[in-house]
Amino acid sequence: MYNLLVGGAAGQGVETTVTTLEYFFKHAGNELFTTRDLMSRIRGGHNFSLIRFGAQLPGGHSEQLDGIIALNQETVDLHLPQLRPEGFLLMDTGIACEDPRALRLDMAQIAKGLGNQRAAGSVAVGAVLKLFGLALDKAGAADVLQKTLDPQHVAINVQAVLAGYDKAPAKFEPQGGPAVGHMLISGNKALSLGALAAGMQFYTAYPMSPATSILEYLAQQAQEAGIVVEQAEDEIAAINMAIGASFAGGRAMTATSGGGFSLMVEALGLAGMAEIPLVVVNAQRPGPVTGLPTRTEQSDLQFIISASQGEFPRMVIALRNHADAFYQTIRAFNMAEKYQIPVVILTDQYLADTTASVPLFDMGKVPPYQPEPAPIEGEYARYRYTDSGISPRRYPGDPQAIVSADSDEHDEHGRIIEDSETRIRMMQKRMGKLDLLAQEVQEPDWLGDENSEVLLVGWGSMHGPLAEAVALLNSRSGRRHAALVFGDLWPLPQKLLRRAADSARTVINVEQNYTGQLARLIRQETGIAMDAGILRYDGRQLTGEEIARRVEKEVQP
Amino acid sequence: MNSTAYVKHETAWCPGCGNFSILDTLKSTLEKMGLDPHDVLLVGGIGQAAKTPQYLNTNTFCGLHGRALPPAVAAKIVNPGLTVIINTGDGDSYGEGGNHFLHNIRRNVDVAHFVHDNQVYGLTKGQASPTTMEGMATGAQPEGSMNSPFNPVLLALAAGAGFVARSFSGRPEHLQAMMERAIRYKGYALVDILQNCVSFNKLNTFAWYNSRVQEIDVSHDPTDLMAAMRLAMTFGDQIPIGVLYEQEGPDYHARHSLLQTGHKLVGRGNDPAMVERLMRRMV
Repeated sequence: MYNLLVGGAAGQGVETTVTTLEYFFKHAGNELFTTRDLMSRIRGGHNFSLIRFGAQLPGGHSEQLDGIIALNQETVDLHLPQLRPEGFLLMDTGIACEDPRALRLDMAQIAKGLGNQRAAGSVAVGAVLKLFGLALDKAGAADVLQKTLDPQHVAINVQAVLAGYDKAPAKFEPQGGPAVGHMLISGNKALSLGALAAGMQFYTAYPMSPATSILEYLAQQAQEAGIVVEQAEDEIAAINMAIGASFAGGRAMTATSGGGFSLMVEALGLAGMAEIPLVVVNAQRPGPVTGLPTRTEQSDLQFIISASQGEFPRMVIALRNHADAFYQTIRAFNMAEKYQIPVVILTDQYLADTTASVPLFDMGKVPPYQPEPAPIEGEYARYRYTDSGISPRRYPGDPQAIVSADSDEHDEHGRIIEDSETRIRMMQKRMGKLDLLAQEVQEPDWLGDENSEVLLVGWGSMHGPLAEAVALLNSRSGRRHAALVFGDLWPLPQKLLRRAADSARTVINVEQNYTGQLARLIRQETGIAMDAGILRYDGRQLTGEEIARRVEKEVQP
Repeated sequence: MNSTAYVKHETAWCPGCGNFSILDTLKSTLEKMGLDPHDVLLVGGIGQAAKTPQYLNTNTFCGLHGRALPPAVAAKIVNPGLTVIINTGDGDSYGEGGNHFLHNIRRNVDVAHFVHDNQVYGLTKGQASPTTMEGMATGAQPEGSMNSPFNPVLLALAAGAGFVARSFSGRPEHLQAMMERAIRYKGYALVDILQNCVSFNKLNTFAWYNSRVQEIDVSHDPTDLMAAMRLAMTFGDQIPIGVLYEQEGPDYHARHSLLQTGHKLVGRGNDPAMVERLMRRMV
């Protein structure tokens, strides 16, 4: 697998160069995984993307670089120490660097000679393709560039790519791979597709990084998808609109980040109390409050599982990778619908913004839950007591049913009550769903050997880095290592955890937060205490290499 | 439609409360208009006025304080066959829900918003509301409310509302006419309903309102925004009641490229072929 970093100031075209490279690598069959490190500004600053590519799909990025494309001086100054001895640094002639690995290419001048200085990025792309040993011809270049550029810019950029290719030496062996027919998709786009596959009809949100790209992607597909996408005046409006739409029979979702979720908290309880299916996405970024707006963290877990006053059933699902983002989003809608509860999807900036090469999702794998309307016996009552605690759902506008919802404690018809007996029955009806959910939860992913001595425990987007860490550790140590990576977090699945923790000598939580929130949840629910914790909270994702290094350092032999 | 279609439930209001008249008028309006209770959705927030939906046997949604408008407009967006009416108070609509008030005027979904405006908080026992007159002493403002009162109808006009009316709970026939016009209006329609609070507002009593309200003269042109604003600003010794402003224009559904075609959302099911197409575009 190779690692390439593209760095420059905001507004210098880093993103365009990266997207073009992604399509060229995929065109050559390479699997790829691109993470974006952006500053919270529109112009200037220092942004970079890391493209990791090769024959297999990586689940995270790497600190060791095989190549750097530097569009500004800062990229050289900051990232040169990460460059492997055999790596290359490709840069324009205006940037200062004495390193022998530096390759100077007069990209701006070449592009200018071709007639458009803005094609300089494509010159760099061509050079990089050559450096990594990829084959290139004019037709292939045109094929790829058609996907990333407006038609009128394709011809000149084809020339620019070919010119860059001619000027660079071949340096690495090409790796190939199966990804030609795969999608290039971000975590948030995979999640959005999952919502559409689940039959979502109404999406509403207030813009907030890193959830905004869900709003934008869905809005751009709304016409074709036959859905309504409405930008709300604030997050309180967003969640209350989603609840109103769902109450009226329209499958609905909203998404935000921690700050917006803080505003949604009261209404989350409304969905629980009024038993209205609802899917809320919380795309985490480092807090508290505004925190580091464009970076990643996993610090909302304890908040999400306990958000809102009072007690009501909810489900919390963390997304581990791009496939999860699609399938688990469909499942979130299914769980919300089946149990008439709020379901919170936890993702984070790392997964939300990372693009990966992923095979087309299988539409048959998680079929959307479409219940037949239950027959009505006698007068319809929205909150009819049933054995399961789940009452048949009808919507306003149904000629056979009058449908009422109330945030006050209510009777079977949804009318306000205050008596003790009804309160107790209604609490039991709602809270009983937690027992049903405990039967539905999915056990965490087990990575590595059975009966391992060292067990790493993580959740959500730690999946890729943990998989890599386990492989690294098992390849260079006599000890056996394994990892459990949780997707479902509430109710907490416990079977596999209890078994694994029993046989392991050392259990270590690996999380992107300061306090070890999963560790705390596990201890609260099972009494299992961690022996050590590997935590990071600077807004940058742990890599498999870093986890392996810290396990070796922190765990006594 | 027979007159028992909208069965009333027992209420929790104080004897003499203006809400009784508003509830009765709402019931008679719905019956007169021949609306089937199955096709009507009454939405409330939290407060004494927001209990109104609870007392009529039709579809109801009583959600959170200040948050009546968002679920109401979303229900209408996904099911335009519903007649959606919001009944809630001045605290709920103009205080806690102020932002939704502003932006749903802009959104212009076809709902009727009936604000029971008694210029005081009732459910929490008598604190100042956004429309409480300056100087009125309350439990929480013992020296009198220091803040200038909010003028909801003037603000609605300034924000671009297409239908703005004022009425009084003590004039049920007038109120019924306002309710009916607001429900029939295609778009967001505000009726600010002045209402006495027998327990907590000893300043703006039934007699206070009754001696001041005056039906707007028939010569008023309800499409004249400046004239409407002048009427909106008149609130003192005389309080003009009636339709201040009514201007036809495209509502949310008429502006929405998909919904204007009659596209149905509820009951659509899912569309795997569409998702398949979107996936292929990312290859």
